[in-house]
Amino acid sequence: MDILQLFVSGLANGCVYGLIALGFVLIYKATEAVNFAQGDMMMLGAFVTIGLTNAQYMGLPFWVAVPISIAIMAVLGYLLDRFVIRLMFGQSQTAVVILTIALGFVLRFVAGLIWGHDPQTLSNPMAGREVRLGELVLGMEDVAVIVVTLLLTFGLYAFFGRTRLGLAMQGASQNQLAAYYMGIPVKRIQGLIWALAGAVAAVAGILFAAKGSVDPSTGLLGIKAFAAAVIGGFGSLPGALLGGLIVGVMEPFAARYIAAGYSQIAPYALLLAVLIFRPSGIFSQVRAKKV
Amino acid sequence: MRIVFKTDYMQDIRPWKDGYQLGLYLLLLGLAVAAPWLIDTFYLGELTNVLIWALAGLGLMVLTGHTGQASLGHAAFLALGCYANIILIEAGVPFLAAFPLAGLITGVIGALIAVPALRLHGIYLAIFTLALSILVDDIIVLTEPWSGGVSGKFAPPINLLGLEIDRWGTPDAFYWLVLGVVVIVTLGYINLLRAPMGRSFIAVRDSEVSAQAMGVDVARTKTISFGLSCMVTGWAGALMGLYAGAFNNETFSVVISIELLMMIVIGGLGSIHGAFLGAIVIGFLPQFLSIAKEYAGALFGGSTVAIPGLEFGVFGMILIVFILFEPMGLYGRWLKIRTWFELFPFYRKDMFKRQKSYLKTERLR
Repeated sequence: MDILQLFVSGLANGCVYGLIALGFVLIYKATEAVNFAQGDMMMLGAFVTIGLTNAQYMGLPFWVAVPISIAIMAVLGYLLDRFVIRLMFGQSQTAVVILTIALGFVLRFVAGLIWGHDPQTLSNPMAGREVRLGELVLGMEDVAVIVVTLLLTFGLYAFFGRTRLGLAMQGASQNQLAAYYMGIPVKRIQGLIWALAGAVAAVAGILFAAKGSVDPSTGLLGIKAFAAAVIGGFGSLPGALLGGLIVGVMEPFAARYIAAGYSQIAPYALLLAVLIFRPSGIFSQVRAKKV
Repeated sequence: MRIVFKTDYMQDIRPWKDGYQLGLYLLLLGLAVAAPWLIDTFYLGELTNVLIWALAGLGLMVLTGHTGQASLGHAAFLALGCYANIILIEAGVPFLAAFPLAGLITGVIGALIAVPALRLHGIYLAIFTLALSILVDDIIVLTEPWSGGVSGKFAPPINLLGLEIDRWGTPDAFYWLVLGVVVIVTLGYINLLRAPMGRSFIAVRDSEVSAQAMGVDVARTKTISFGLSCMVTGWAGALMGLYAGAFNNETFSVVISIELLMMIVIGGLGSIHGAFLGAIVIGFLPQFLSIAKEYAGALFGGSTVAIPGLEFGVFGMILIVFILFEPMGLYGRWLKIRTWFELFPFYRKDMFKRQKSYLKTERLR
């Protein structure tokens, strides 16, 4: 029973990692750039919702605040692309990586200025309620996290595989120039994908803030989400979720069964191992470069 | 407008362009040597700090600026160099041997790490090194018998040929020690860049495929570059430890790694000057901010509240501005200004324009 309980709590954590990783993968899939600020966007999404919902700020009802904050983050993602990332069009991946790291610093600073550096929790209708499955006790938040993550992942998976827009996004990343020739509006697509990533970050942030407290440095969680994305194979949506779940489930078990001091190493050790032995992740999409 | 006539093939390989340029650098070196008599102890300490950062920047510049491999984990090698140096000194090895050995150990370990890491490229390498940098914190705690773990270690005063050097007791001597190391490394770097090895680094940066076609062994080149980079970074780490006096597992955090990378980007990737210019920005930004805050406080009615995270916020914004509008960094800006003056009426806006490339993925689905 104990094991099952650990497993489920890990699953819920893993879903949050998976959601952040989903944001990485979305942007990577469509623009071939890696957004190191995704974790900070999640943090910002959480704070925007807190600012709308919590009594000491605006005090809107939870279910009104959620769509608003998702919309705000989507617009923010779009504006980021329009005014910052788009200027980088045609430059190297590494430059974009450094740019997004700097963006992360700025977002953390801005969030600290507005909401302060103390940890805060989101007041939400799910808090304190429980779901009982036999002997298993689940927090309502955990259930919500798992359900929402599964829906989002498979929704996005279908979106990329089935819709015209999704295919256009894939095309735009696989060969920008050819996509232009085929009449795909590559720049607009890039803006849309950043908006989508912003919205996903908001969802991740809301779920994370409902489960625990956030402060401006929460965004550093993004590094664990990286591990998730890499383990799953950058560029694969179900892979991101799977990677997130592996990292999430690994943590409570490592904390329980491995000596203290070694346990927090586990996700990173796995990341290094995956990078060394299977550099393109579990759901590999890469073959050696041909000339 | 100055015109350099080339009358000899050696002129292309010589480290300096002409006597005028050599004279300028000698003047700069003279000023640097005389610094202890020119500025007070506080600023001398700051200058020492800037030089140490510049040394670390030189280390990363070999790898990122000249071989094109972005590393987000160089704080790991700073830590390695720092601990190796102190542990060797504590074991009774004289500083004169311990210091080069610390760099050598770091370099060898770096080259070993490079072997699996360099099969990766682009972001994967960045993530690999990022993970290394995170792990170092835990590894230092786990190897407590040697590293002192959470309680950390204290740097003893070092003994250089009978001369007692201590960061606080004899700041002048410590400054000269750092300056000496920096000058030697810089000269080595300049020499490297005009040797076949340095040229092959640049070839790998610009295009791995064409480098391979020209007969450059890409894997070997990258490994050597990683090793050299780690060696210099290790020395910088050793000096950083001596400068700080005390350090523990949290001294060399991921943030330092990221700061290092950003420093060389602000300074200008792919130029030795860039490492120094970036280090000056990093070193003096905190001072500058506190002075600016004081002014702003005096101007708007005495509110000098500490704003947590201000430094990083400003730093991030500076970096964004640089990447967007001056990707060649401070040194690139200086080059443009200088060219404008040298060619006076003939400078054109597109002279430094870089070619853009379109993305093509390596993924299949």
